[in-house]
Amino acid sequence: MTTNGKPKFAMYWAAACGGCEIAVLNIHEKILDVDANFEVVFWPVAMDAKYKDVEAMPDKSILLTLFNGGIRNSEHEKLAHLLRAKSQILVAFGSCACEGCIPGLANFSAPEQIFDAAYNSLSTVNPDGIRPQFTYDAPEGEIHIPVFYPVLKTLDQVVPVDYYMPGCPPESHQIAAVIDLVIKVLHGEATLPAAGAVIGAGASTVCDDCKRVRNEKKIKRFLRIQDLDHLDPVLCLLEQGVPCNGPATRQGCGALCPTAGAQCIGCYGPAEGVVDYGARLITSFASVIDSNEPNEIERILDGIPDPAGQFYRFNLAGSLLRAGKSAWKGNGSA
Amino acid sequence: MQRITIDPITRLEGHGKIEIFLNEEGDVANTYFQIPELRGFERFCVGRPVEEMPLLTNRICGVCPEAHHMAAAKAADAVYHVDPPRTAKLLRELLYSAFYVTDHTTHFYALGGPDFVMGPDAPVAQRNILGVIHKVGLEIAGKVIQARKYGHTVVEMIGGRKVHPCTSIPGGLTKGITNEQREEIEKMGHWAIEFAQFSIKLFNDIVLGNRQYVDLILSDIYTHHTYSIGTVDESNKVNFYDGKVSVVSPEGERIGKYAANEYTDWIAERVEPWTYLKFPYLKKVGWKGLVDGKESGVYFATPLSRLNAADGMATPLAQEEYEKFYSTLGGKPVHQRLATHWARLIELLYAAERWVELATDPEITSDNYHKAPTETPTEGVGIVEAPRGTLTHHYKTDSRGVLTEVNLIVGTTNNYAPISMSVKKAAQSLIHKGTVVTEGMLNMVEMAFRAYDPCFGCATHSLPGQMPLQVTIWDADGNPVEVLKQHC
Repeated sequence: MTTNGKPKFAMYWAAACGGCEIAVLNIHEKILDVDANFEVVFWPVAMDAKYKDVEAMPDKSILLTLFNGGIRNSEHEKLAHLLRAKSQILVAFGSCACEGCIPGLANFSAPEQIFDAAYNSLSTVNPDGIRPQFTYDAPEGEIHIPVFYPVLKTLDQVVPVDYYMPGCPPESHQIAAVIDLVIKVLHGEATLPAAGAVIGAGASTVCDDCKRVRNEKKIKRFLRIQDLDHLDPVLCLLEQGVPCNGPATRQGCGALCPTAGAQCIGCYGPAEGVVDYGARLITSFASVIDSNEPNEIERILDGIPDPAGQFYRFNLAGSLLRAGKSAWKGNGSA
Repeated sequence: MQRITIDPITRLEGHGKIEIFLNEEGDVANTYFQIPELRGFERFCVGRPVEEMPLLTNRICGVCPEAHHMAAAKAADAVYHVDPPRTAKLLRELLYSAFYVTDHTTHFYALGGPDFVMGPDAPVAQRNILGVIHKVGLEIAGKVIQARKYGHTVVEMIGGRKVHPCTSIPGGLTKGITNEQREEIEKMGHWAIEFAQFSIKLFNDIVLGNRQYVDLILSDIYTHHTYSIGTVDESNKVNFYDGKVSVVSPEGERIGKYAANEYTDWIAERVEPWTYLKFPYLKKVGWKGLVDGKESGVYFATPLSRLNAADGMATPLAQEEYEKFYSTLGGKPVHQRLATHWARLIELLYAAERWVELATDPEITSDNYHKAPTETPTEGVGIVEAPRGTLTHHYKTDSRGVLTEVNLIVGTTNNYAPISMSVKKAAQSLIHKGTVVTEGMLNMVEMAFRAYDPCFGCATHSLPGQMPLQVTIWDADGNPVEVLKQHC
């Protein structure tokens, strides 16, 4: 393949939604900086991909690869290994690659349950109980689809990762800042962060960026976001009883959702130093409950209808739990 | 038997694959268009509170999260039996119209348009957005970026975020807009109307002014006679946010309209063992396989089918273009799938006009943007028109509003059968005994795809766009004889 002597850049998606790619495109004119400083060798959304070329490249010949998406099937894993081998710096880009994101909630279910829901749904007519087969013997010959894994894995559960860039998706201004930094490093004007660091985000929590007014938090009940006609537009949502995940979630988005009147749902993952996101959030919620009566506490906690989803919404696959029991059953390899 | 493997692989890895089998004579015996991925939203959303669905299902597709956000919010309204205040509906539709402008713009200029602006047989290296800019001038690039920017600005103003909006909840929204924001939105909307008109003029000049292109649009290779579906308002005009789904036969006869909660009477899905994606079809007509005609339940759901399924457009400028569209192409319905690109631009103009209509509604800045639900949640269906097809979300909950069952029929999935048919037809038209398969074939097959703007981000998840194609021709002993590649 041709080369212009510039460092090589790649971006790739696995089990993702494409929102990370849109977020990168939304850096607008900054894309030109990427073009000026890098040779983009592999980026399906923005250019004609050269998969075979990547395979043919020497190991470590791509300087920087942004990898988004979790590892749901055999094909994703294959690409993770390939890009790890070819890249000097591999970034887990976005919530899916970092911690599994919403598709990681599938780890509460066994594959059979996932298949049953999809292929026996309300509108599906499937009297013979047909399921997709990884290998299918068609009348004309054998054809294949990738193997569906028992659980969704994060990128670093499959290959070593150099940096983590959280967010669903990472905010465009954070992406632009990271690109600026890497370009400075290339010009000898800055140094790379320590290996394994979280980049493109702050260390503290969403609460620190949130402009809502906070007093001493004491709540007697949890509200659902739709329960009132209008929530107070300036008061802390958690203080109003809305289960807002801000206290455990890493800052980086600028508190977009709470500013728009919606609770933080935790897409930037755990704040710096938090070992397990869910455990931290449970502690935060417990500390604002204004009661010492076990029965009353029980009643207040019943106001959270889905604790598993509330505390592990974006990070189940990357958490200490990694999966629910049904997904683990019969699966020693996950 | 000989085998040809086409790997559309979302430009690189494996989100779609085509297997073409040749018979003894060297003609196409069969094709398999495989979608190799499943993420399982219908399972893992069970157990979640229904008000989270507009946030969770956003993550089905980062290209059209707005569509999932809206369908989920409408389904959640229905679950709670709550009718949001008029202002909430206006704001949701305003966000949605601006999103449509952004989305259709991206498709026309970056993805589908280059085939026409540059010509289907232009060198591959020129058949892209940069080629378009080169040919029609640099200022167009600025306009395209501006259209995307304006659309995302409105999405963020109303939805709280540029990607994955967060403000729609059961009963309405978490916030309204100020009058200052309204003025800015209106201004951007007027610009969007001009931009849409400019885009249609461009299409007129470059495509319709060229006999060769018109012949290509009208050619049999890209024609399928299937049912058309699309959402219409009470006057049977195209609507993206609300209404009933109109179903029109291959001959153009409206066989019925269904409300969201009637969708299971009309739509069924078929499972095949060789792919992860299901094949939706019209239940009342039945599944007859991947075939055209009135007896086959195969339908399509795209900008073209929406125009076919409606009686017109609800805004004046788009209505003019609608009439011109059908008079030029010989009346309704139009089955030539490449005409979808033109239909998309008519929708672009409608979305921009609707944007201004909504932004100038006196109630748009009202504080009455949410009504708290009071009834016990049960079951509900929400339907919107995603850019790539009718999007259906169906939820059942317990008395606390926690999901017990979820069913989703997603935009692109509607078109799985017709896309498979288009691929087969392209292959059959091009591959015969003794023909040498060329790169030209690859783009012809790709064009069959691209008209549908397939977004397997929804169906599985990759971005719409140029499918990478790798064709491997195998001899009878299973040895590869020739490998042709494009975009991969």
